[in-house]
Amino acid sequence: MENSKIISIEGLIKWFPIGGGKFTALNDINLTFGKGEFAGLVGPSGSGKTTLLNIIGSLDAPSEGKATVLGQSIGELSHKKAAKLRNEHLGFIFQTYNLLPVYSVYENVEFPLLLLGKNAEERKKAVMDALEWVGLTDKIKSRPAQLSGGECQRVAVARAMVKKPVIVLADEPTANLDAENSHNILQTMEKLNSELKTTFIFATHDEKVKKYLHRKVSLFDGKVSQDELVEKVGNG
Amino acid sequence: MIKFLLKGVFRDHHRSLFPAITVSIGVALTVFMTCYFSGFIGDMIDFNARFLTGHVRIMTRGYADNIDQMPNDYAMIGVDEILDNLHNRYPEMIFINRIKFGGLLDVADENGETKIQGPTIGIAADILSENSTELDRLNILKALIRGELPQNPGEILVSDDFAKKLEIVPGQEVTFLGSTMYGSMTMQNFTLSGTVKFGTPAMDRAAIIMDITDAQYALNMENATGEILGYFSDNIYNNPKAEQISGEFNAEFSDPDDEFSLTMSDLKHQSGLSDYVDYADHFIGIIIFVFIGAMSLVLWNSGLLGGLRRYGEIGVRLAIGEYKGHIYRSMIIESIGIGVIGSVFGTIIGLLFSYWMAVKGIDIGSMMKTSSIMFPSVIKATIVSHAYYIGFIPGLLATVIGTMLAGIGIYKRQTASLFKELET
Ligand SMILES: Nc1ncnc2c1ncn2[C@@H]1O[C@H](COP(=O)(O)OP(=O)(O)OP(=O)(O)O)[C@@H](O)[C@H]1O
Ligand SMILES: [Mg+2]
Repeated sequence: MENSKIISIEGLIKWFPIGGGKFTALNDINLTFGKGEFAGLVGPSGSGKTTLLNIIGSLDAPSEGKATVLGQSIGELSHKKAAKLRNEHLGFIFQTYNLLPVYSVYENVEFPLLLLGKNAEERKKAVMDALEWVGLTDKIKSRPAQLSGGECQRVAVARAMVKKPVIVLADEPTANLDAENSHNILQTMEKLNSELKTTFIFATHDEKVKKYLHRKVSLFDGKVSQDELVEKVGNG
Repeated sequence: MIKFLLKGVFRDHHRSLFPAITVSIGVALTVFMTCYFSGFIGDMIDFNARFLTGHVRIMTRGYADNIDQMPNDYAMIGVDEILDNLHNRYPEMIFINRIKFGGLLDVADENGETKIQGPTIGIAADILSENSTELDRLNILKALIRGELPQNPGEILVSDDFAKKLEIVPGQEVTFLGSTMYGSMTMQNFTLSGTVKFGTPAMDRAAIIMDITDAQYALNMENATGEILGYFSDNIYNNPKAEQISGEFNAEFSDPDDEFSLTMSDLKHQSGLSDYVDYADHFIGIIIFVFIGAMSLVLWNSGLLGGLRRYGEIGVRLAIGEYKGHIYRSMIIESIGIGVIGSVFGTIIGLLFSYWMAVKGIDIGSMMKTSSIMFPSVIKATIVSHAYYIGFIPGLLATVIGTMLAGIGIYKRQTASLFKELET
């Protein structure tokens, strides 16, 4: 069990206006995550996984209750403050990779560092390190369109990791990958988790992912139905 | 960072090439239309000044009131003295006298009977004296189609079309029938020395051109004239100056109760030209406005920002930690870059096209057959100085407005829902 709570969520409610009324997507969520966790939000489609991940990632704000990430209250952050939080401390990995198509692998990974204002030397080293972690140093000049899905997702992992963020949020990172590539990616992330103590939070209903998780938070109908720690299963 | 974003712009043709081409086309059209329209208005003013109105025109009040009828019964008497006075008063200007008159041109057969006859409008100017400026002003040498210029009294020029209609050739005799300034009938024989075509329908239909002395003799107008035209010596119309001079002149000489008192009017206030001059300015404004509107819409809906493709990119940039204002600003900067590049190319293309049109011109003579205003029948563009920068107004405004319109989409959407669109 980790002692420093870097994410704490209390009485979180999130509803969306639909038509005249509102639809409650998250209902009274209470959760904490500590540094270095390798946790997953699991549950059926529509249970609120993405919604919760977006709030933790400061891409969305709670309707009621409180979500605190690295000491900052998500609902109270300005656009600019939220962007700064994401820029400095959070990394995102998406189901659809979302690489910038006109940039090379190298440039895609470099982008977060440019936003952070790192100098050229720092950038070069960090980008090459990140690409080494994901095993793509031989493809630095390729464009996303020239890569396989697995390779694209590895670039996305490198992009999320290049600035060594405290937290990486991954929404269905394996949904578009075959089994081999899924394991490959998960192993890479597991390695980064243990070496860099990066906190990983997944949203997934992929059994392959679940096998890697150290903690499973089950959501059902916008509520936490179960929160269990798992014995580490080893490589899948 | 800027370099990074620029790389993106140039690699993504939807963001660079397509908008730049759109802007170039709009800017080129704006520049060209500005030049063409300026050429049109400029030529029209120039034509009118040369043939009709001068930069200022002096007449008697009675003549001015019925100017369309060329009422030479209201002619001013004592031209030499008036001209002398004008020269002394306004040494910076050139004054010349002209007589305009209507009548019939009659061609006789071998028995002396009328064979063909047609109504004509005559312009009499000083074309025989040695140091006359009128040959140049009326561009007569260039207008000559057949025959030669009059060398002696009694020789006239006739519109080429009119000459064909009358079936006459240079060297042949014709008879002018008209009325003197006292209202009695006059008949005078002339020799056709040549035919002319000026390129303005009003002058090319049925005109005769003769020396002023011949006209004075034929119309019984010794030392009299219908009109005195004044020109700035640099030959460029200066409206404020012309208005000032005519205002002064009229205050001193024009008497509402005396039909034979002299009045001076400036070019802009004659023959409805003032409307055209004002319209020219409005028209260029309207062109620019229309292009800003149209191009903004095209740019908004096409490459620059529109489309889910771009929302995806924005979503990722937001997630990575760029904040909205920064993205918005970088897009505006990007659009300014595209706008500048598009405007530069568009201006070059527009100027080249205008230059070509300045040389070649478009013949609108056939459209203007019945026009009584002095239209040059071939309209040429003029490269006016503001053509070098006017295109940048729609070029830059349209790209920036297009981007801003599209950018509102970013602000109106919740950050998270940008991802929703991104995942579909
Ligand atoms: N912007 C929105 N407006 C209205 N309803 C929304 C919005 N975003 C999410 N919802 C609703 O909230 C519920 C939870 O959505 P969410 O995307 O978090 O589900 P999920 O657990 O990630 O599902 P999946 O496994 O299919 O990705 C869904 O019923 C969804 O329709
Ligand atoms: Mg989801």
